[in-house]
Amino acid sequence: MTTGDVAIVGIGATDYYPRGESYPRTISELAGEAILAACEEAGIPVTAIDGFAYYSGASAGYGETLDTATFMETLGIPEVTFSAALTSGGGGSAGSIGLARAALVAGDATYVVTLMALQQKRQRLGSVFAALAPDPISSFLQPSGLYGPGQLMSVLTRRHMHDYGTRREAFAEVAISSRANAANRPKAIKREALTLDDYFAARMISEPLCLNDFCLETDGAVAVITTTAERARDLRQPAVPVVAAAHGGHRDWGRAFAWMGMPAETFASSGHAAIAARLYGRAGISADDIDVALLYDHFSPMVVMQLEDYGFCGKGEGGPFVESGAIRYEGGSIPVNTHGGQLSEAYIVGMTHILEGVEQMRGTAVNQVAGAELALVTGGPASLPVSGLILGAAA
Amino acid sequence: MTGALAVALPADAVHIAVNPVTEPFWEAARNGRLVAPRCSDCGTYRLPPTPFCPTCTSKRVTWEELSGSATVFSFAVVHGYPGIEDILLVPAVLDVEGAPGARLVSPLVDVDPAAVHIGMPVQVAFVPIADGWQLPVFRPADPPAGASR
Repeated sequence: MTTGDVAIVGIGATDYYPRGESYPRTISELAGEAILAACEEAGIPVTAIDGFAYYSGASAGYGETLDTATFMETLGIPEVTFSAALTSGGGGSAGSIGLARAALVAGDATYVVTLMALQQKRQRLGSVFAALAPDPISSFLQPSGLYGPGQLMSVLTRRHMHDYGTRREAFAEVAISSRANAANRPKAIKREALTLDDYFAARMISEPLCLNDFCLETDGAVAVITTTAERARDLRQPAVPVVAAAHGGHRDWGRAFAWMGMPAETFASSGHAAIAARLYGRAGISADDIDVALLYDHFSPMVVMQLEDYGFCGKGEGGPFVESGAIRYEGGSIPVNTHGGQLSEAYIVGMTHILEGVEQMRGTAVNQVAGAELALVTGGPASLPVSGLILGAAA
Repeated sequence: MTGALAVALPADAVHIAVNPVTEPFWEAARNGRLVAPRCSDCGTYRLPPTPFCPTCTSKRVTWEELSGSATVFSFAVVHGYPGIEDILLVPAVLDVEGAPGARLVSPLVDVDPAAVHIGMPVQVAFVPIADGWQLPVFRPADPPAGASR
């Protein structure tokens, strides 16, 4: 079943800041600025917003929340008819557009905003598990010394290297190609070129991962407005159709690297195989039809594993595939993270990938893929739900 | 290559929480025993302990005492921990002998990280952590007599 019954009609973002440097701005101010910018771009008053479709349990990182009533109070939104969030964490970012679609198709809302705001002043996400009070389940994980997401994913990465012979050079290529894409982007936090020597000279944080395998630690807010295809026709921007959206995943992945019980083949994966199958099935397409892939890049090896799960190469072939130059904007067969991704532009828990997908489908991206007609956007890999989104070229 | 050996986190840096479902694991560890919950109806092992058997949904559990032998399924070499800059940790995901399908995520200690490999046999030991509990940690297993590596 191909959808296209809803479309993204507005995007907005604040500046991006290194970790903690958005202070003394508040989460509500950052979020409000992004919402207002997205409304302005779409050509609708903020008072037209009547739906909120969040992910990550409507958290704003850890320790802060995104609260619909607070936004209504400060932005003067008169009435809301839908307010919901996907569960778990960043895995739901792309899928939150599907949550917005659910509201729109059900007739429960007319203009739905999806949002993330992040300010890492009080707590770095990178060491979050060491800072949280223990609970009975995390007590089977945290005492091992795996104190943050990168440490957890280094264990999956080790297994991928063992099972398939994947080399650190592949992870380096993810980092280097992302940096190359960020070089000409005014808002990118990291723009200076990254070389292979730079990569291998970086300190090891959690072997096999080094500093350059970790995404940036940044602050900022991003908002996206989704509405019905019919309403979208009358707005300021060319509407970007939602071709397919899906969230969820298989029990074999489950809580993933917070669990570590995955069967061997799933262990060394991104957990996205089930999402890929549903997205492609709904859209009636395959990986060959995707023109640009915006893959959630909290850690470089997870890009390699998503390329496998989404069928851009065979299982276990992600390393050589990436090393061949296949994901480069210049000369690659499937340009990946043309915005520089979370590794080089900014980390706003997946939202920048949605922005780039919209710009690519409008034909207005800084690093525009010529003639691009379909963009893949992903969320996660993390504890379920993980998610994905296929956007189509603006009419 | 021989370098610094991996260690466990200091006892006062490791806090756990328990509930009625998980407490038998920690009570056994406090007494120097490694146990895992096995479904009393279908025999499926599970870790961490959860209320229901994922295979048959039974809530009946038998706590089986394990040999303490395990095999490294994967691992990380972690440089530093929040508040403990210079510490060298080797957290490992372990397949536990006698409890097929159940894994533990535990520190490897007293081992050169460069010598750790997937498939490495390890053996449990217990170290003190906060509040009077003990944590299972693992050391390289002695090779069986006459075995060659």
